Amino acid sequence: MNAKRKDFVATVMINLIVAAVVGILVFLLTYILVAGLPHVSWTFLTGTTDAFSGAGGIGVQLFNSFYLLVLTMLISIPISLGAGIYLAEYAKDNWRTSLIRSAIEVLSSLPSVVVGLFGFLLFVVKFKIGFSVISGAIALTFFNLPLLTRNIEESLSAVSSSQREAGLSLGLSKWKTEIGIILPVALPGIVTGVVLSAGRVFGEAAALIYTAGQSAPVTNFGDWNPMNADSPLNPFRPAETLAVHIWKINTEGLATNAAALSAAASAVLIIAVLLFNLSARLLGNYLYRRVTASK
Amino acid sequence: MEQTNFQLKKQDVQSNEWSARLHHATRATREDWLGRGISYLCIGVIILVVASMLWFITSKGLATFTQNHVNVWQFLTGTNWSPDTGHIGAAPMIVGSFAVTFAAAIVATPFAVGTAIFMTEISPNKGRKLLQPVIELLVGIPSVVYGFIGLAVVVPFMRHLVGGSGFGIISATFVLFVMVLPTITSMTVDSLRAVPRHYKEASLALGATRWQTVSRVILRSATPGILTAIIFGMARAFGEALAVQMVIGNAAVMPKNLISAASTLTSQLTSGIGDTIDGTLPNNALWSLALILLLMSLFFNALVRVIAKRGQLKHER
Repeated sequence: MNAKRKDFVATVMINLIVAAVVGILVFLLTYILVAGLPHVSWTFLTGTTDAFSGAGGIGVQLFNSFYLLVLTMLISIPISLGAGIYLAEYAKDNWRTSLIRSAIEVLSSLPSVVVGLFGFLLFVVKFKIGFSVISGAIALTFFNLPLLTRNIEESLSAVSSSQREAGLSLGLSKWKTEIGIILPVALPGIVTGVVLSAGRVFGEAAALIYTAGQSAPVTNFGDWNPMNADSPLNPFRPAETLAVHIWKINTEGLATNAAALSAAASAVLIIAVLLFNLSARLLGNYLYRRVTASK
Repeated sequence: MEQTNFQLKKQDVQSNEWSARLHHATRATREDWLGRGISYLCIGVIILVVASMLWFITSKGLATFTQNHVNVWQFLTGTNWSPDTGHIGAAPMIVGSFAVTFAAAIVATPFAVGTAIFMTEISPNKGRKLLQPVIELLVGIPSVVYGFIGLAVVVPFMRHLVGGSGFGIISATFVLFVMVLPTITSMTVDSLRAVPRHYKEASLALGATRWQTVSRVILRSATPGILTAIIFGMARAFGEALAVQMVIGNAAVMPKNLISAASTLTSQLTSGIGDTIDGTLPNNALWSLALILLLMSLFFNALVRVIAKRGQLKHER
């Protein structure tokens, strides 16, 4: 076989591989949407779950997923913003900084089940808060912090240093320069990263099974006082999310139509995650145009 | 002249205040202190989280050996896992975890490298427009959805193909293969793009075909990057919990073949930790499994660093 022939064969092989990879994705998406969407209805999206068999609607789970997401973001965005500014602006190039960077890397490479177990140990076993929204939100924060911090640091560092010099030469403090000049320029990248991480958090289940719990007590959606025990906003109630629900009905559920239920719930989850990914792109592009006034 | 002197005298009265102002921090300096304080606090929180995570899991995981006096070697090599009767041999889970990890990496690597070559060398345009979104979508699909599809499609398929229950290492390998594929692909793409352009041009100018260039020049010089990518994929496979737990069958026995029910460290943890009581041997034994997971994750991390350093040396030479 001469070199030209080998080249041809290799090219064909690579094309086949690419076709297989694209085929896998197409299969995954069509399977979920075809198997799941027919079962998605308004009653499914808003209905309550039968606590024993796991059958029924996913209204509470859907609300829990969004509530947990919002709480997680409220906790993790300020912390990772501060940490990102530290790494991009204040950190000197020395052993201490490289130690901090490796710590963040370790945190980001820990399996999410380990993060979840740590949350379980800390909040459920040690502090005795029990399976609750707040335990889940903090566990998800641990899981979210390293990626968000790195994303914010990269976005900040990518801003040209002439902008920093301009701010400092006007007599502004480093902090004011960072908040008033650099941050707005870096905003498109940061927003894209935040929305993408929201998609990840939305689909995460392993870190939540033993922190936010596996039960979704029916809440009273007419009561929005977070202090009341059966208010949906109460942060100390257990909150099974959509992703945990899918896991639960597949492993422990007794529902007779478990396959259809989890297909429908998976379809909802996938659509939500796809929307997050799409809006991350659109929002990032839009903000970029607004901030930089380019076309 | 007269007047300025007079003014100066007037200010002399206030000189204390002036010197105080001059020696005091300006508003900008104070702002900077505040900013420094805030950002140091945030980074401190992260360091605290990492340190306490390492500390808590290590101390919990070691309790099996310090409080229950289980022999470390017996724990690692024992094949009988029935914590209720006091037998805690973790070998079935350790073997299961390594088996699915290596198998998934071996299956995924050719696909990942092929896709990456297509994206960088054969059709960068289609790569950007078609394959980049494909990879991002594959990353975006949550792991429970992968587990569900594994349960609904891969397990029945295996049952038809080879018989048995369909649960087992081979099904877990299939699911993990798709899950680590995007990780390995996107990092391989990065390392292929980092190969200096003149390497490729020099090879093509010598009359080499595209495949000769790719296989003998580009892949060769991107090897450290590709290895890093594979290790990252393996780390993801090793730590993946729910998708694996849903398709592997969860039987804590030594896997005899690829198609019988087995279990991994993560699957045993997810299905077990809720049923045990804090402080008892069955509970401590599970924390020891978590410790193994933690140590392996640190090991993968260290391995990546070593390879990165080696790769750098090679390029500098």
